[in-house]
Amino acid sequence: MSTLRLLGVGWYFQFKMILRSPFDGIGNVLYPLFFATTALFVFRAGQSPRTLVYASLGAAVMGMWSSVSTSAGSAMQRERWWGTLELLVAAPRHFSLVMLPATLGLATVGIYNLAATLLWGHFVFGIPLTITHPLLFALSVVGTVLAFGGLGLLFAVSFVRFRAAWVLGNFFEYPVWLVCGFLVPLALLPGWVRPISWVLAPTWGMSAIRESALGGTPLPDLLLCLGLGAAYVALGVLVTDRVLYDARGRGTLSLT
Amino acid sequence: MIVAARIFVVGGLTSFRALFYWLTPWIYVPTMLVAPIFQILLFAYIGRSAGLESDEFYLIGNALQYAAIPCLFAMAQMVGGERYQNTLSAILVSPAPRIPLFFGRSLPVLLNGAFVAAFSLLVGALVLGVHLPASSLAPLGLVVLIAAFSCTGLGLVNAAASLRIRENAVLSNVIFGFLLIFTGANVPLDDLPSWISTAAQGMPFTHAIKAARELAAGASLGDVRGLLGAELLVGAIYGVAGYSLLRWFEVLSRRYATLERS
Repeated sequence: MSTLRLLGVGWYFQFKMILRSPFDGIGNVLYPLFFATTALFVFRAGQSPRTLVYASLGAAVMGMWSSVSTSAGSAMQRERWWGTLELLVAAPRHFSLVMLPATLGLATVGIYNLAATLLWGHFVFGIPLTITHPLLFALSVVGTVLAFGGLGLLFAVSFVRFRAAWVLGNFFEYPVWLVCGFLVPLALLPGWVRPISWVLAPTWGMSAIRESALGGTPLPDLLLCLGLGAAYVALGVLVTDRVLYDARGRGTLSLT
Repeated sequence: MIVAARIFVVGGLTSFRALFYWLTPWIYVPTMLVAPIFQILLFAYIGRSAGLESDEFYLIGNALQYAAIPCLFAMAQMVGGERYQNTLSAILVSPAPRIPLFFGRSLPVLLNGAFVAAFSLLVGALVLGVHLPASSLAPLGLVVLIAAFSCTGLGLVNAAASLRIRENAVLSNVIFGFLLIFTGANVPLDDLPSWISTAAQGMPFTHAIKAARELAAGASLGDVRGLLGAELLVGAIYGVAGYSLLRWFEVLSRRYATLERS
């Protein structure tokens, strides 16, 4: 119970901080919107039978991913810059329970991204906002947010040894947009890309959101997405232990 | 004259080298050399999926447009970085003539922007298997240089805005986003709303991208001289506007004591 409370309160404070950050709260919302708009223009001008609804949902999840990838990579780094990392590491609770709310907060901003992109597509491009299975759609969005938060945690703790951690976070923005089938069907990508797509939760989150919106069977995709998200968290906890053990041994926790 | 030349060359080079935090390979390679390739691939595949244009169309559009990242961010950092390191007031209190001071800082940025675009164009062509005629490579190099010049002009405006706006990274990203949509990098101008294609005529890259596409299709440099002239004009207008804004905001910063506001 106290763990859930820690996660809840941590998430609330992190989310409030993110909303007040011009980069995370405004920049990370606006930036993917430009890509979404470009993509929607491309699909509108194109000859493909693929609908604008298909593209609109993909563009919306692109925004969700952007809010995580660009900032989660440097979430631990930021605590270091603020001088709060040592205090958090010294706290009696496991450090990953402190970091997870930060990346979940970033992923939650993604819901705003998703809504903003869908509304943008509706009002600017006239794309209908019809959701076939509203409840499953909502579950898919929440599941995708949780999985993105888990992947963000893994990024945050894995990149901490790199001084330029934020670059690695940025670096994964385009590749995930591309290989997770947000706007391009996986069948169009080279065969060797598909196994990479399968181990990335955004692939299944995207699929679940699309299936629930367009009418299909999103549950298997959603379960895979959540399963992978849980695996990222477990891996993130292991990496956290390893990184902190190493940092204590070498005295490099506050290395900047 | 010699002092001005020294401020232009040595001052500009030293200022660019002071961006060492960004010039480390750990940042430079993923941000400047790898990311543009992924942007090219992303839009090439979106184009295939949408059945709109050829790979060559997206390769040229995105390779050139990506020069906006080094040009906009480095120019904004010219002000933001100096302010962060508490050296901005020392520079602006000096009697150094402002034209070589500001334009000297623009030259390395321009060259870096051209390098990033040229690298993206060549590597992107190899990855996508796009054939660029050998005869078009030298003219394309010139186009890339002019495109970077044009965007560095806009970068000067961005640098000036950084004297008044704290979040220059957000502003740079927003400008980059507008350039992505408006310049015809990914959508033919004819397929965009008419007000966008009209506005695009006054933006960096629009004419350069069109010229580069025509060169890749076999046109000669003479055939695209009008487009290149237009691109140069756009860059020059932004450059003059940026310089004027920098001077104006400098005066305002002194008057309202906001120079060190960060």
